[in-house]
Amino acid sequence: MHLELLAPELSLCFFALVVVLLDLVVQRKGLLAAVSIVGVVVSAGFVVAMWGGGAQAIFNNMLAVDSFALFFKLLFLGIAALVILASQDYVAKFARFQGEYYALVLLSTLGMMLMAATAELISMYLALELASISLYILVSFLKDTKSSEASLKYLLLGAVASAVLLYGMALVFGVTGETRLGEIARTIATLSPAGILDSPALILGIVLLVAGFGFKIAAVPFHMWVPDVYEGAPTPITAYLSVGSKAAGFAIILRVFYSAFGAPNWLSVDWGLIFAVLSAISMTLGNVVAIPQTNIKRLLGYSSIAQAGYLMVGLATVGLSPTADAVGRSAVLFFLVSYALTNLGAFIAIIAVTNKLNSDLIDDFSGMGKRAPLLALALTLCLVSLIGMPPAAGFMAKFYIFSTAVQHNLLWLVVIAVINSVISAYYYLRIVKVMWLGQPISEEKVPSSGALKLALSLSCLGVLVLGIVPSFVMNFAQLAARLFVF
Amino acid sequence: MDFSYLSAIVFFPVVGAILVAFIPRLSNGLIKRIAAVFTFIPFALSIFLFVVFDKSAGAAGVIQFEEKLLWIPAINAHYHLGVDGLSLPLVLLTAFLGFLVVLISWNIDLRPREYFAWLLLLETSILGVFSSLDLLLFFLFWEIEVVPMYFLISIWGTGRREYSAIKYVVFTLLGSAMMLAGILSLYFTTGSLDMLAIAGTGLAPFKVVVPVVAIFFLLLAGFAIKLPVFPLHTWLPDAHTDAPTAVSVMLAGALLKMGGYGMIRLCVTMFPDIAHQYSPLLVALAVVGVLYGAAVTLRQTDLKRLIAYSSISHMGYVLLGIFALSEVSLTGAALQMFSHGIITGLLFAMAGLVMHNTHERNLAKLGGLARQMPIVAVVFSIAGLASLGLPTTSGFAAEFLVYVGSYSSPVFDGIRVCTLLAVFGVVITAGYILWMLMRVFYGQVREQFDGVADASALDRVYMFALVIVIMLVGIYPAILTNIIKIGVLPIARLLGG
Repeated sequence: MHLELLAPELSLCFFALVVVLLDLVVQRKGLLAAVSIVGVVVSAGFVVAMWGGGAQAIFNNMLAVDSFALFFKLLFLGIAALVILASQDYVAKFARFQGEYYALVLLSTLGMMLMAATAELISMYLALELASISLYILVSFLKDTKSSEASLKYLLLGAVASAVLLYGMALVFGVTGETRLGEIARTIATLSPAGILDSPALILGIVLLVAGFGFKIAAVPFHMWVPDVYEGAPTPITAYLSVGSKAAGFAIILRVFYSAFGAPNWLSVDWGLIFAVLSAISMTLGNVVAIPQTNIKRLLGYSSIAQAGYLMVGLATVGLSPTADAVGRSAVLFFLVSYALTNLGAFIAIIAVTNKLNSDLIDDFSGMGKRAPLLALALTLCLVSLIGMPPAAGFMAKFYIFSTAVQHNLLWLVVIAVINSVISAYYYLRIVKVMWLGQPISEEKVPSSGALKLALSLSCLGVLVLGIVPSFVMNFAQLAARLFVF
Repeated sequence: MDFSYLSAIVFFPVVGAILVAFIPRLSNGLIKRIAAVFTFIPFALSIFLFVVFDKSAGAAGVIQFEEKLLWIPAINAHYHLGVDGLSLPLVLLTAFLGFLVVLISWNIDLRPREYFAWLLLLETSILGVFSSLDLLLFFLFWEIEVVPMYFLISIWGTGRREYSAIKYVVFTLLGSAMMLAGILSLYFTTGSLDMLAIAGTGLAPFKVVVPVVAIFFLLLAGFAIKLPVFPLHTWLPDAHTDAPTAVSVMLAGALLKMGGYGMIRLCVTMFPDIAHQYSPLLVALAVVGVLYGAAVTLRQTDLKRLIAYSSISHMGYVLLGIFALSEVSLTGAALQMFSHGIITGLLFAMAGLVMHNTHERNLAKLGGLARQMPIVAVVFSIAGLASLGLPTTSGFAAEFLVYVGSYSSPVFDGIRVCTLLAVFGVVITAGYILWMLMRVFYGQVREQFDGVADASALDRVYMFALVIVIMLVGIYPAILTNIIKIGVLPIARLLGG
């Protein structure tokens, strides 16, 4: 037993339970957020302490403790911390269940951390369900029509996706007789190409896995839930969904496809091409449909579909060159970090504005440049980063991911991606235009709490640092991408 | 070199921008003074660099004031600045105009804090483009310019400003998207982002995966939109017409030159063979641009739009000079970029002054202003005559070099005919410039303009500064050509000229 290697997860679980119990006894609910933050920081402390300890697997190769998993754990904890900070004002509006809110955020984070670490199909499914079920509840937290509808839609489609995923896992297990990723790879290596092709079960299993995970990362055509859920959910949870859930999906895809189906070469080229096609469709559809949106949360929903498309350029690169260096994988990791900071920053600014306005309509952001210049500036920076323009993180992330793609003969996909970036500029800049050129609907200032300001400045600072001096995080991502247990 | 002169030049404006944007409770006057100080310092430093720049023949092709730091090891990108004979005049031009546009904007009272912050950021971006020697850094600066331009045109502009601003952004981003694809292909092919290293080895030693012709045209597309080359010019009249005066000056004076500079620095230097192969096509586009631009200018009735269209024609000369691919023509193109920068800058400044003081921009409704605003009339006429290439002005020196260089260029058989056709553009230029001056300043004096103010003391400062430079370069062009030659010589050697 190596329970000490589970310290981050165990401590987070402990704090989640503490928050629920504390809710029963304390009157000042602000304390709950503080305790949750402490839980996140303690857990992150354990992760940092374990960094560099070498890669190992525990519980009979069920969970991997390698730098890849640690990297994602830190990312999820960072996301959770920002989401909790951004939630404070929002949650204060609820009369009841504040403790449950924070506890569910922590539990969902726990699920995502396990998703990044599992190296075995069954525990992977359990981790994914832990993350998802917590999110289903969080989405419904507003208890109004829209929020309930969003939650139900998310739950039903999520259940279908889970079923598809399980079916895919069952087929892979049926062909290989294994659930551990390393063993699956070893079994596939003993099969002849003709043997794999003669029985379509393995290929079908892989395709079903793509579909199941595609739901998590919101890739077209598994994106149907995104706009409604993003619109209906409480805004901090929308932010959390758009970055946390997506990053966890990418972590699991990288782990499964690289470790289990990375060889033989033709097999990985096959799924690489699947991702290339999904990528092209996702970014084009996401960007085109985002253009006519009038609700900012819906717009960012479609934008997140497009961003998943850019990220899948990286997956396609990994598929086309599984044996090459770790650059393709590290580009995905770097993009995820920069996307997380950028999207969180954008959502936090939106939370600050909508707390005051009680409206998600883009037109109501009119004149925000006058009413709340710093908020508007922060949102502008994040939108510029989402377009992929310097000096923001999005530019470096895109440059990195596209440059690795060009190296592996994906110039066609990169050309589609850069043209898509131009299309996206149109709708992102529309928000910028409304904020700075529109007439304010009222002269009232838009106040924001200290926690929101802190969260917003942290994410904007991150966006700028990653855009100007990205080498520290890039090195970190390269280390994380290189060290796999398998 | 102990002191990082170029970094100081590039980053002083952005420091000023941050100060202007974030210091609370600044008065309007103080904002303008901060902007003036933080643009004057880079201007003074760039004059200093211009003076101490090694102009001896031995310095040909040598990068001076170089700064190189490892920036992003993961993709082998460097923070690499440096200037040679080609870029130094453009750095000087940008710093000069960057200072003058602050003076030109002195009476901006609408949201001055944001205005000057964007204006200063714009200057940093352009200076960065001219002094970067790393492709990623170059592209980074190239892209930064878009956001300030968008805000400057759409908030402080006139007419259909929001339409023009978004049109500008879409064109620019399309160009830079293609340029990015080109840079990525270049990076993949050579494994380097170092412009000098790539130019030094060329692409021949590398395994070609992306066709070299494709890389050439991807890069060229970005520069051609910016220059602009016919038929990609349609954003320019709108952007210029609707931009505030100072931004038009910066746009015409410095920003367009990023296109010409990029063509020489990347397209011609890295792909001399392909540039040679396609020079008939590009020279033909240049001639069309010169004649079409001039012909359309003749028909304009809006003062600013007229000057905007004349830029298309004049940038045609730059394209002609570049793709005639001889030493003299390239020198001429580089000089024309500098000269057009100050001449058109002055033209826009004067047009802005006329529009500001008379509240009228329609040529049919202007007239007889020589009586009411004599100083503006004289300076506007000098700028106009320089624009049509009158000897003793910089316009003459530059255009003359372009014609001589391209006429004598051996690049392809028909170049003499093309040059002769382009020379005809001067005749049309003379037509529209003189006709414009006549319609604005001469003819019947109109009473409604009585009491219209002439140039103020501050206006006179930048007017005379620009006139002096125009005459100086016109009478003694060697002050620039000596430096440009040092930069052009190694490129001419690559071309076998």
